[in-house]
Amino acid sequence: MIALPEPKAAVVARREAILADLARLVGPDGLVSEPHCLRAYETDGLAVYRQPPLAVVLPSTTEEVAALLRYCKAEGIRVVPRGAGTSLSGGALPLADAVVIGLMRMNRFLAIDYADRVASMQAGVTNLGITGAVSAQGFFYAPDPSSQLACMIGGNIAMNSGGAHCLKYGVTANNVLGLTIVTIEGEIIRLGGTHLDAAGYDWLGILTGSEGQLAIVTEVTVRILRSAEGSRAMLAAFRSNEVAGACVAAIIGSGIIPVALEFMDRPAIHACEAFAHAGYPLDAEAMLIIEVEGSPAEQEDLMSRLGEIVGRFDPLGLKIATTAEESAAIWKGRKGAFGAIGRISPDYLCMDGVIPTSQLSPVLHRIGEMSRTFGLGVANIFHAGDGNLHPLILFDANDPESMEKAEKFGAEILKLCVAVGGCLTGEHGVGVEKRELMGVQFSAADLEQQRRVKSVFDPDWLLNPSKVFPLGATPPVIHAA
Amino acid sequence: MMAAEAPSDEAGLAAQIAAARDAREPLLIAGNASKAPMLRPVQAARTLSTRNLAGITLHSPAELVLSARAGTTLPEIEEALAAHGQHLIAEPPDLHVLLGTESAATLGGTVAANLSGPRRIAGGAMRDHVLGMRAVNGEGTAIRSGGRVLKNVTGLDLCKLIAGSFGTLAVMTEITLKVLPAPERTGTVAIAGLDTAAGVAALAAALGSPYAVSAAAYLPDGAAEALPALAGLAIHPGVALARIEEFAPSVAYRTERLAAALGRFGAARVIEDAGSRPLWRTIRDALPLAAGLAESDAVWRISVPPSQGPRLAAAAAAAGGRWFLDWGGGLVWISAPADEARHRSITEAASAAGGVWTLLRAPASLRPGLSALPPLSPTLERLTRRVKAAFDPAGILNPGRMYAGI
Ligand SMILES: Cc1cc2nc3c(=O)[nH]c(=O)nc-3n(C[C@H](O)[C@H](O)[C@H](O)COP(=O)(O)OP(=O)(O)OC[C@H]3O[C@@H](n4cnc5c(N)ncnc54)[C@H](O)[C@@H]3O)c2cc1C
Ligand SMILES: Cc1cc2nc3c(=O)[nH]c(=O)nc-3n(C[C@H](O)[C@H](O)[C@H](O)COP(=O)(O)OP(=O)(O)OC[C@H]3O[C@@H](n4cnc5c(N)ncnc54)[C@H](O)[C@@H]3O)c2cc1C
Repeated sequence: MIALPEPKAAVVARREAILADLARLVGPDGLVSEPHCLRAYETDGLAVYRQPPLAVVLPSTTEEVAALLRYCKAEGIRVVPRGAGTSLSGGALPLADAVVIGLMRMNRFLAIDYADRVASMQAGVTNLGITGAVSAQGFFYAPDPSSQLACMIGGNIAMNSGGAHCLKYGVTANNVLGLTIVTIEGEIIRLGGTHLDAAGYDWLGILTGSEGQLAIVTEVTVRILRSAEGSRAMLAAFRSNEVAGACVAAIIGSGIIPVALEFMDRPAIHACEAFAHAGYPLDAEAMLIIEVEGSPAEQEDLMSRLGEIVGRFDPLGLKIATTAEESAAIWKGRKGAFGAIGRISPDYLCMDGVIPTSQLSPVLHRIGEMSRTFGLGVANIFHAGDGNLHPLILFDANDPESMEKAEKFGAEILKLCVAVGGCLTGEHGVGVEKRELMGVQFSAADLEQQRRVKSVFDPDWLLNPSKVFPLGATPPVIHAA
Repeated sequence: MMAAEAPSDEAGLAAQIAAARDAREPLLIAGNASKAPMLRPVQAARTLSTRNLAGITLHSPAELVLSARAGTTLPEIEEALAAHGQHLIAEPPDLHVLLGTESAATLGGTVAANLSGPRRIAGGAMRDHVLGMRAVNGEGTAIRSGGRVLKNVTGLDLCKLIAGSFGTLAVMTEITLKVLPAPERTGTVAIAGLDTAAGVAALAAALGSPYAVSAAAYLPDGAAEALPALAGLAIHPGVALARIEEFAPSVAYRTERLAAALGRFGAARVIEDAGSRPLWRTIRDALPLAAGLAESDAVWRISVPPSQGPRLAAAAAAAGGRWFLDWGGGLVWISAPADEARHRSITEAASAAGGVWTLLRAPASLRPGLSALPPLSPTLERLTRRVKAAFDPAGILNPGRMYAGI
């Protein structure tokens, strides 16, 4: 199990006085302090770690967030920002001496402009809510994490979230134009706007994916895009992971960038089929879901090009949807994957390493060997076009030995990803989960430079501490002229 | 004459920087064309060039990645990509004609300036495609950020900070980019005879259509005159241009549909591949302004919300300048005789429109007195100074390049 820092005894001892101050800042109805209510916030999407916080506050305005941060900074109180709490890396895990600042009440849209193709909203608007607000006009917000019904745009910014359609449309960082942030000093800063390429250092770029380490995001401006005329999915089944991997390379090499290119291995196919009855091929070792966009004739053209490529890899089956319903059926199993795995195993850990796509086959082979060594099942579902693996390790959290093995297995997979030229996380973030593995990917000098940037924004390391960086070292001090 | 160093490996470059740090001697960081009079002048006794850190180190077409040392020139990279039917997604411009320099731009210089071309609106900015880099900070320490895979959220993304920092934070030695297949075909829908407001409205309609327009520009007649692809069009007062890049059947289909969808703005002409490609190169490289540019002229590159393009065009005209619009109206290129009054009126118009500006070129006599970028608010200035200190505590890398005193 991962260590959490020693709570500051002086802060915990002052809890009652702190609660009174917080109630003054956000009003009594913006404060959560009863133990049974705090339990709703004790964990996030990585439910194996739990820790109720000192208190939770639910501000309604940027100014309230500023007042809260000023107060916490002055009192030396740690702060954990929180959106919907769907983080899969323990990013929103509270600390015993920390105040959780939850953004869920800040859920209003501020402006939508179709001529300039931008939408502005508060940080607590959900990802799917953005598309929902603009879809009647034929527009959408591109990054589409599987958690999009629940997760919030503020959390998406913090994690630089991606989704199945990012191969074509980019991740969160590629779709953000403006942010309102509040620093730990309680200063409100507006960055970017509704134009492209903000001037000066790339504040939007460093904040996106900063996992709540640098500031709290309260407002966001994103690009919205006009939807394509239509889309269609294809399902291709293969005799081995290797052949499916080679087919992915051939598709990309042909000049076609599908909007989605998803890979599932045998255990994943079986789990999803049992759950969703999507008609997946149970005799296949691997399958691909490939989606293309355009007019019916364009879809036809792309499908025939893709069909020709797939045909070169001795497929066990090839199903090209002819209607929207058939496309939905192909996606049904994939979209229910997490639920499906939840049915075949009491618990699972979802890994998120990325590899160069040429390494697909050897890496899956090695993961299979590890699965046998650790005695734990694993199902692989991932974004094949960009090499973002999601091995799901099946274990039982009530059995400490199983839990410990699962964590070790996960760490070994991530080390393997780095060893073949990849990275620890493609979209779920480091959080608490991968904190101690950072040294596998980065040198001491690399990490020191990142830690200095953290200190630029948060000199006392009060914002979301014990995440992202290995525990232990003291915060670097920055002397600016 | 400034002393110039051009080490041939990262260790040599790091040693130069460490020595400069120990001596507290500022360095001017240059790729290739360091003579060009851009941004603010740097007061430095010595130049450190990445010119000799050259060569492509990795190109894996099926993985959509390319790595090259920072001093590799863009033409060399574009050629290597083209050999595999690929291209740079951000379509970075070649500004040597506009800037009056001779040598080709380096990858490092292009990333350091975060320069993107017409495809920016559809494909993202230069720095969006930086997957990873190696760089040396102002203490002479080599650091690495990102990697060579297409998705990566491990740790703070220092690549984003360093890209676009004009060599003030760290000197890049090697950069890894995401690249994409180049389109099989391109085609452009042109509607002539539109005033600026109607032109930008037509571009907004094009970009709001389902046909995935990859570039959208408006050229007033002065800027459109000499372009062969537009010959025979009654351009006055200007022409709106929207590009499609796809497989051949899709280009035929989409340009036709787009022309029909834009019918309410006027009759459209479809410019086929052979005319479309050079047309967008001209726009990419800002050549409509380069022709007839005088030594005493300044050039501004302004980014605003697209609907504000006409307002900037009016400000340019009022200042007696020449101009054209890219990015659906959101990128405004302006040239005008350089003086403080014009600089003030143009940059104030940009700020009032909710945008930002870069003074790309100005006569040497004026440069020290003019801001090259919008001034920072006090809070952002404090953060900027602190970030600078976190990378370059002695302040030796390109001091003053972006902001006086930083
Ligand atoms: C079933 C499931 C599927 C998922 N699928 C995907 C997927 O396909 N792609 C993907 O990328 N992720 C996925 N995730 C992970 C997760 O949904 C994303 O990381 C998401 O962006 C988190 O948003 P949230 O609002 O839940 O944030 P939280 O979990 O509440 O917080 C995440 C992190 O952001 C910080 N934070 C939150 N809000 C703010 C703010 N306003 N300002 C500053 N910091 C803040 C928190 O401190 C924390 O470190 C999935 C999760 C689940 C449970
Ligand atoms: C605001 C702005 C300023 C520009 N300034 C110039 C200019 O001064 N000269 C010019 O020819 N073109 C300039 N351009 C145009 C553009 O940068 C060039 O077309 C091309 O990218 C320059 O490549 P180069 O190798 O000649 O770069 P250089 O002119 O040598 O450098 C351009 C900028 O990048 C920095 N730089 C170069 N290499 C590295 C590196 N490896 N690591 C970190 N920083 C690096 C330099 O210090 C300088 O600030 C500018 C464009 C913009 C938008």
